[in-house]
Amino acid sequence: MRGYTERTKKLREMSVSTNPALSIERAVIMTEAYQKYEGSVDIPVLRALAFKEYMERKTLVINEGELIVGEKGHDLQCAPSFPELCCHTIEDMEVMDKRELISFSVTEEDKKLQAEKVIPYWEKRSIRHKIMQSTSQEWKDCYAAGMFTEFMEQRGPGHTGAGNIIYKKGFSDFKRDIDARIARLDFVGDENAYDKKAELEAMKIACDGIIAFGRRYSEYALKLAENETDPQRKQDLLLIAENCKQVPEFAPKTFHQALQMYWFVHIGVTSEVNPWDAFTPGRLDQHLNPFYQKEVREGTLDYDRVRELMECFWIKFNNQPAPPKVGITLKESGTYTDFCNLNTGGITEDGKDGVNPVSYIILDTMDEMKLLQPSSNVQISKKTPDAFLLRACEISRKGWGQPAFYNTEAIIQELLNAGKSIEDARHGCSTGCVETGCLGKENYALTGYFNIPKVLEITLNNGFDNYTGKQIGLKTGNPEDFGSFEELYDAFLKQMHHFLDIKIAGNNIIEKIYAKYMPVPFLSIIMEDCIEKAQDYNCGGARYNTYYIQGVGIGTITDSLSSISYNVFDKKNFTMAELCEAIKADFVGYDRIYNLVCNKTPKYGNDDDYADTIMKRVFNSYCDYITGRPTIKGGQYRIDMLPTTCHVYFGEVCGATPNGRRAQKPMSEGISPEKGADTNGPTAVIKSCSKMDHLKTGGTLLNQKFTPAVLQGEDGLKNLAALIRAYFALDGHHIQFNVIDRATLIEAQKHPEEYKDLIVRVAGYSDHFRNLSKALQDEIINRTEQSFS
Amino acid sequence: MENVLISNIQRFSTKDGPGIRTTVFFKGCPLRCKWCHNPETHLLSEEIMYNRENCTLCGRCVTACPEGAVKIENNTVVTDTKKCTSCQKCTEECFYNAREISGKSLSFDHVCDIIERDTAFYSESGGGVTFSGGECLMFPEMLTKLLKFCKSRRIHTAVDTSGFSTWEVLENIAPFTDLFLYDIKAYSSSLHEKLTGVPNSLIWENLERLAQKGADINLRVPLIEGCNAIDEEVAKIAERCASMGIKKVNLLPYHDMGKYKYTKLGREYDSNSMSTPSDEKMQKFKKIFEDYKFTDVKIGG
Repeated sequence: MRGYTERTKKLREMSVSTNPALSIERAVIMTEAYQKYEGSVDIPVLRALAFKEYMERKTLVINEGELIVGEKGHDLQCAPSFPELCCHTIEDMEVMDKRELISFSVTEEDKKLQAEKVIPYWEKRSIRHKIMQSTSQEWKDCYAAGMFTEFMEQRGPGHTGAGNIIYKKGFSDFKRDIDARIARLDFVGDENAYDKKAELEAMKIACDGIIAFGRRYSEYALKLAENETDPQRKQDLLLIAENCKQVPEFAPKTFHQALQMYWFVHIGVTSEVNPWDAFTPGRLDQHLNPFYQKEVREGTLDYDRVRELMECFWIKFNNQPAPPKVGITLKESGTYTDFCNLNTGGITEDGKDGVNPVSYIILDTMDEMKLLQPSSNVQISKKTPDAFLLRACEISRKGWGQPAFYNTEAIIQELLNAGKSIEDARHGCSTGCVETGCLGKENYALTGYFNIPKVLEITLNNGFDNYTGKQIGLKTGNPEDFGSFEELYDAFLKQMHHFLDIKIAGNNIIEKIYAKYMPVPFLSIIMEDCIEKAQDYNCGGARYNTYYIQGVGIGTITDSLSSISYNVFDKKNFTMAELCEAIKADFVGYDRIYNLVCNKTPKYGNDDDYADTIMKRVFNSYCDYITGRPTIKGGQYRIDMLPTTCHVYFGEVCGATPNGRRAQKPMSEGISPEKGADTNGPTAVIKSCSKMDHLKTGGTLLNQKFTPAVLQGEDGLKNLAALIRAYFALDGHHIQFNVIDRATLIEAQKHPEEYKDLIVRVAGYSDHFRNLSKALQDEIINRTEQSFS
Repeated sequence: MENVLISNIQRFSTKDGPGIRTTVFFKGCPLRCKWCHNPETHLLSEEIMYNRENCTLCGRCVTACPEGAVKIENNTVVTDTKKCTSCQKCTEECFYNAREISGKSLSFDHVCDIIERDTAFYSESGGGVTFSGGECLMFPEMLTKLLKFCKSRRIHTAVDTSGFSTWEVLENIAPFTDLFLYDIKAYSSSLHEKLTGVPNSLIWENLERLAQKGADINLRVPLIEGCNAIDEEVAKIAERCASMGIKKVNLLPYHDMGKYKYTKLGREYDSNSMSTPSDEKMQKFKKIFEDYKFTDVKIGG
């Protein structure tokens, strides 16, 4: 069992062995609160009162042995639902109970409450319903076709992280700030003074809500302590009671209280709405270090205690499955993971190396805990000491994907490029998967994935979508009539602009719906400058406001365009009409074309300028059309290049592509090459990827796979570190590693077509597994360590 | 300058010298070591490598061959090497990559271009470029020019060699070579000749002169049960090299991972008489070198 102490071993075991369930409590309390207040108060106040009611009434849980308290649902692994965003039907509930993956158990009692209480009230009031009522038919057609997805369809704008203000102020302090701001409202000269007052009053009510929540926990712990017979546990409970008396009402004084403070804020933010989950303490090592230093100096804290507290904290994250998703949102993000993404390391706000003792303790904690949540990653700056990088590589090499590596200098340049101050940029973070933002100061939300390869499919069908059987694109001409690659590209661009305009038009409507109906007064308290602007987080109150549209399938689209340019126009290996027929037939019966496009065509990921130039062109076309466009909140659009699980869904809605990707198969993920397209090793992949201008984005995602043998020993570790440093020197944003085990190699042998890019160590060099004879593969499976040069 | 025949340029090579390297494998070798795992680097000409596992017997190669050198016989494709001119018509037509050409004629600029692509990785890892083969010393003019190019870019250079060449060649490249990866395969010339086809007096002589010049030398000793994995042989190698002041050695236990390439080339491989020395034996060999005051003794590359 994993865990630094007996306590955390038990807590971890409890966390990982409990099955996720739906928690109906929140939906019921919200319904009752809305029924009580709706119509009699302004909407921000209504939201705050409902939040407060939940905080005052929700079930309290203190799990056996834990030192940090508070669950989002009525118990651990119980996810609340948010009927004001997405009102689940009974059928939805049955599906989430029965489905094989990402299931949530739902009781008969839950279904009864949902049917009798929740559905009748929320059915027509939910944001999801409003969105489907308000968006245009063409938006709906594109959405159904899988041209793009919509993040806010059943989850609120989320994704941001907490800054350091919550470690300096308690909510009684925030209340004073709010009162001071109310006192300065100008009812004579400011036409918005009334709205501002409502928002500020709402924030105050939300402060009361979270303060009440803390007090309730304090009293509950005290009561449990009275009845506790184990003297050690009694002490723990008294300490919990003391901590919860301090935070969140007042600023934390100890390391332990700092963790509890964050945790209360986390529960508050993720209970207020479902901010699609990614809320995070972000730069945790920076925030905790002052507490750590002080207490270590005073002799009240040692390494063992910090480790135990950190592990308790880790387990709290793992106790919270992301609230149940349904439909397309489940497909784009099919996971329990909450995407709480920690960035350890990086640099300080005044530009110094940010690695501190807490950074190393976080690495030790993630290594021991090996939990999917929180997603524990590192920021590597040119100032980061090698010792820290090597320790992170050592954990990464174990092969389960954490930590991933972010480039501090890239994050800072991306943020500066988006108009942020240097101090705010240095306190920047990659949250969710890889998305850049300023912790505690920015509303930056992903708004949806965009299916770039599908644009080409539509172009090759003169605007017609085979998946839905509808004309969703423009009539840009029959593909056989394109006389040159330029003509084809021109048509492709027109279609892309067309679909992006539809996406943005939809975003504008949805942004407005959230601003109007779904203010988040609690989150607004801790997001700088919402109080000063007297404006809600969802109405542009944060210092910075950014909307991202995430491009998916850059590998697939690059190779597809390369295939057309190279085979149809340069080499004249076949005609466009022949290619279109082959695609239509999923290449069945078109062996020659299939093998030409698969095996004899320049591809992205090989440091081959023919393909990489096309990648750059598509990337720039996509980036330039979106970046800098205004959002309704007064912010800006920018792009990310990441897929979560959406590349699989986007593949499902598309036929075969000109690069030889078969119908319904996944698109390429992140900025990684198409599966099996890269054959020149990891340095060539990195070179290809770095030809993209990462600094113009808000984040890119690169996956690399290795067999354990490639990274073995001291040399292997140093080479891994060097690969990361080199990629970052070339301005790469992010890289993560899969290190493949024996079982996977056996799978790879059975299904070589799915593991075309798997690299193994052969003798004195690395080779693609598929390029080896079966006998040699057997040899390697049985003896992964190579020694002959 | 004329092009040179290269069998492969391997990027992210991590066992041919320090750090992340690009290894340039020249094609052509005067030795025929029994255990060689790179048989495609032997000949000074292009060769067809045929992978039966990828082949569908579609027959496109047969019709593509202008010389009539390719036939399908007994469920496999057979190439008459006497008729084959390596014109590559058949490999172009083979969509399944069952037929590939070993050996590409590359210009100096082309090789330089590939070398320069990974400079970011060399500098972060302390790596560089390794020239190997085959035997890279067979191509002194091109090798010298490439080494000079690397040095002009401040790229670390290593030369992986059997040492079987005239002293002039080694003397000329030494100023531009940061590290020699120098193979010693046997102590006695008679054994060496039996195992590799050539005597080794020249190899020892060259090593001695290189050591005298103060070159940085890392010995590489392949150890094959049934060939040279003999205590006395190893001890004598260690003794002689120690007397030259050499301190670094890689002891490379035999493996048969090159076996499949012999099949692809349609050649025989004598696998019965060779095997991998036991771990205990490798440890013993390691101890022998350490006893001769070698400071850096590694098992494996």
